[in-house]
Amino acid sequence: MLKMIGRRLLLSVVIVWVVTSIVFLATQALPGDAAKAILGREATPDRLAQLRQQLGTGKPVLEQYYSWINKLVHGNFGTSLASNQPVWTYLKPLILNSLTLMLIAAVVSASIGLLLGVLTAAKRDSWLDHFTTVVTLVLAALPEFVIGVTLTWLFSTGVFHWLPAIYAGAPGQSAWRSPTQLVLPAMTLVIAVTPYLARMLRGTLIEVLETDYVQHARLKGLPERVVMVRHAIPNALGPVIQVLALQFAWLAGGVIIVEYLFRFPGIGTAVANSVATRDLPVTQALAVFFALFYVTVNLLADLLTLVLNPRVRTAS
Amino acid sequence: MPVAFRSLRMKIGVGLAGLVVLLAIFGPSVAPHDPQEFVTMPFAPPGHLLRFGGDYLGRDVLSQFLFGGRQILLMSVIAALVGVGLGAILGIFAGFRGGRFDEFIMRSGDVVLAFPQVLLALLFISVTGPNLTVVVFLVAVGHAPRVARVMRGATLSVSERDYVKSAMALGMPTWRIVAQEILPNVSGPLAVEVGLRLTYSIGLISALNFLGLGTQPPTPDWGLMINDNRIALTIQPWPVLLPVIAIALLTIGMNLISDALARASAGLDRQVNA
Amino acid sequence: MSAPLVVANLVVAGSGTGVAIVDDVSFELDAGQVLGLVGESGSGKTTLGLALLGYARSGTLIASGRIFIGETEVTSSSTGVRGKLITYIPQSPASALNPVLRLHTQLLECVVAGEENPESIIDQVLREVALPTDRQFLRRYPHQLSGGQQQRIAIAMAFIARPDVIVLDEPTTGLDVTTQRQVLETIRRLVKDHQVSAVYISHDVAVVAELVDKVMVLYSGKVVEYGEATEVFRQPKHPYARRLIAAVPDLAGNRSPVGILGGAPSPFTRPPGCAFHPRCDIAVDECQTRTPELVQLSHGHFVRCPRTGITPPALTSEKAALLTRDDSVALSVRSVSVSYGKHTVLQDIDLDLVGGQCTALLGESGSGKTTLARAIAGLQPRSSGSVIFDGADLAPGVRERKKEQLRKIQYIFQNPYESINPRRTIQETLIASYQFLCGKPKNSQELIAEALDSVSLRRESANRYPDQLSGGERQRVAIARALIVNPEILICDEITSSLDVSVQASIVELLQRLQRERKLTLLFVTHNIALVRHIAQDVAILESGHVVERASIADIFAFPKHPYTQRLIADAPSFDPARGVA
Repeated sequence: MLKMIGRRLLLSVVIVWVVTSIVFLATQALPGDAAKAILGREATPDRLAQLRQQLGTGKPVLEQYYSWINKLVHGNFGTSLASNQPVWTYLKPLILNSLTLMLIAAVVSASIGLLLGVLTAAKRDSWLDHFTTVVTLVLAALPEFVIGVTLTWLFSTGVFHWLPAIYAGAPGQSAWRSPTQLVLPAMTLVIAVTPYLARMLRGTLIEVLETDYVQHARLKGLPERVVMVRHAIPNALGPVIQVLALQFAWLAGGVIIVEYLFRFPGIGTAVANSVATRDLPVTQALAVFFALFYVTVNLLADLLTLVLNPRVRTAS
Repeated sequence: MPVAFRSLRMKIGVGLAGLVVLLAIFGPSVAPHDPQEFVTMPFAPPGHLLRFGGDYLGRDVLSQFLFGGRQILLMSVIAALVGVGLGAILGIFAGFRGGRFDEFIMRSGDVVLAFPQVLLALLFISVTGPNLTVVVFLVAVGHAPRVARVMRGATLSVSERDYVKSAMALGMPTWRIVAQEILPNVSGPLAVEVGLRLTYSIGLISALNFLGLGTQPPTPDWGLMINDNRIALTIQPWPVLLPVIAIALLTIGMNLISDALARASAGLDRQVNA
Repeated sequence: MSAPLVVANLVVAGSGTGVAIVDDVSFELDAGQVLGLVGESGSGKTTLGLALLGYARSGTLIASGRIFIGETEVTSSSTGVRGKLITYIPQSPASALNPVLRLHTQLLECVVAGEENPESIIDQVLREVALPTDRQFLRRYPHQLSGGQQQRIAIAMAFIARPDVIVLDEPTTGLDVTTQRQVLETIRRLVKDHQVSAVYISHDVAVVAELVDKVMVLYSGKVVEYGEATEVFRQPKHPYARRLIAAVPDLAGNRSPVGILGGAPSPFTRPPGCAFHPRCDIAVDECQTRTPELVQLSHGHFVRCPRTGITPPALTSEKAALLTRDDSVALSVRSVSVSYGKHTVLQDIDLDLVGGQCTALLGESGSGKTTLARAIAGLQPRSSGSVIFDGADLAPGVRERKKEQLRKIQYIFQNPYESINPRRTIQETLIASYQFLCGKPKNSQELIAEALDSVSLRRESANRYPDQLSGGERQRVAIARALIVNPEILICDEITSSLDVSVQASIVELLQRLQRERKLTLLFVTHNIALVRHIAQDVAILESGHVVERASIADIFAFPKHPYTQRLIADAPSFDPARGVA
């Protein structure tokens, strides 16, 4: 088992390394002068030279890469071109805000998704099942910004006027200090993620409920509740963890659009702004952060799945 | 797959998606105004002249809306087809050949998967600037590893079948086995992927336009309309609601179609296994 | 004294369609008696077995009828019956035991609530099925047991509650013959010791004959014959029962198995009237329209056929003609070894296929017999050794072999449900194979017609898709696909093992005819020792990667030399209807 865990860890490290290289290649080593691209028409020779110095471009690509990755390993992401702050100082509160938002969305959608998944699988072909299937199918189709705009229109501008349409907290203030500001962005993410979760969980559980060992548990005369809790659910856990991980990792993508929509001070807004203002060091740092998040979530899920499988556990 | 077309989901899906597609294609020829033309006050409410009022610059909302779907649709179709084509080729060969080739393809896919699809597009656009070709290409590249995973799985279970082994026993070359034995038997999941990726392409490309990274003004576009007019959602909701409704109907319709295809292909597999 | 089992007019139907899967079954069973439920695919035997516990799989329901165990009625909702008064032993314990729960947990679930000392009950039952009882063993997960041990756990689970009735659903399928024999002995002993009424479901007449007191033959959801086992096996009255028994290969070699043409219908394609009439050799017009009643012929012997008085035509097997033996070797395998990574599957195999003869490759699961067949065909790379054919050493992989070599050696796969591309018509499948190896046919219509004729398939089958054919018909297509390129050697990998007994016998007859007519050399890979006697002239016995014995058929059964061969012959269930129950 240790060997398998070691293999996963190594694989994750390799992926992170390749990912950072791609970020570097895409943003800095692409043909053309990054500095020129950033400054555009405002480029004066002086400013170009200064910016090249700051970005480290102009030197041979390998040398640039080495110094960039060296800084990265030491947690030095450079200085934001837009705010002139060190990137880490600029991003830290934003990352915390985004993590708060994602955590709330994750917890809420996982609870609702699991509940709906188990209920619809247990009561397969009931009216509840049919109804949920149709509703989740419809909701799963909608892009986040469509959900977000609709919710805004429903709850803050058009129909009801209960919640703020866009984030209005002071910059630098932690998002959890103004919970009403969090409701709409979190709700949008929850509506975007939960339908997938519920559908995948239902499918996984139904597959397990149709196995021979579940039929045999029923033939032993065990009550349906015991069959579900002791025989079915533990066998569905492995795939369920994978589905959860996939959706949580997916939240990271959703957060970009949702934050931009609600002007929520998080990394999503930051990444959209940094691309618009060509704040290269911030874009680089955020891309690396997103990739790290994805790799970590998947690694944890893989390890958990391994540990839960008795075949893996008992293999010496 | 005639079974798929008989289901209610398929009928409703084709109805919804078809309506929006027709609107996007034929909209421009029935639009009352030039979408670029300033015909009224900014955010003018709907009246008897302009059924859905004016947008933030005082252009006709209805005309903007009728013109604004064509490009999204075209870009989405291309991105979905390229992405599914690329992913399917990689996934099928990875699944069939196995070994190091498979390992290499799937691990490369993991790297692409580590970027959320929006971020992948953002990352490259940050250097190239807003560029429609780049958007389409990146959306397709983002689809590819996701499609490859699904098609690899489908191929693995088909490759196990003895009819593939039987073709191998005859000494048939790989491309011929893939084309004759495997492809027809993974056509179900392939069709589902086309539907699914088309749904996501529509969402993603309109989202990128919404972020201002795809289509640039003054080209009329649903994503842009939503972003440009959402400040006045309270007083003049139509320039936001019309495109939102259209995108919602389109993606819901596509998802219903994919689901009907998925159900039919699962049913078909059952028959084969029985 | 346990109370007997009474079943009255039981009907299980599809919940949407209303089609009866099991139709109007009634019987009674005394304590300590074993009823054999015999039937082929689609007969409804497993559905009936589950219904006895008041259980219907999703999509089916128990539509009518009553089941009593003593005074207690079994219903779908009755608690305290299922798992207590009546228990179930599943077909495949590997999938019926929960993979994430320890054995102890799963055994403990079977103890009836309120028992004072569950541990001692488990301990005692484990002893009865000859399994270890220590903590270490009970803490194991199912995957840590062998197939035989898993089946013993399943048996233990069924006996823990000390039920009055036990339903056994093909509990020895997939086990090797020695383990099968031991498991059957355990079941026989437990049933006798505890005076349990048992219902034993099987497609294997030979196994049933060794175990049961009464037998019920099912065809297409209906009981066609029911009575004392000795009587039914010695003098079957229903045409299906008679032909089914005649289809069983007999280990003693006194008679040749004779197949039944066609296949058993599924519940949705049942013909009107008597469901067996399309395959029956004494059917008259009336059989097509009127469904016969189950009538009592003599005391306790019931038959569902109005024509039991008719003397049936004598069954003839095509085998009669003798083969001329020439001793030329068509293909020889010399010290072939195959390994997967570090694991050696085959070691130093030598084997000769004599021209025009059928050589059987006999081995149990895991012996490496399929691997050897595939190594010869070039589907499995060998790590050393040579395969000599036509004076040349064949390359290890198909891709390095010449088309002419590929054409001359054809491979037929085990499972006809998987070996034919479901998206192509039969004609397309046959032509694709011919075209690749022999080039474009001059007259494809004639070629297809000839190929279908050679395997006794109707010519209309050419435009069908595989899912429109029965299992036996599909296997004929697979044989036709091999024959169409005019091969010299046919490698048949367990080609009858996924077919019903009655269909298996007709495929064997077909192979024998083809061998004779086309002077084919056959390599017949199988685990069924009784079948070997009827198809092969030579046999090689494979045990865990080694050939332990090679001999002619006559010699191997008369004077088995290797202890493994002796054990195989001794442990195989032997069935001889002339003798009645063994």
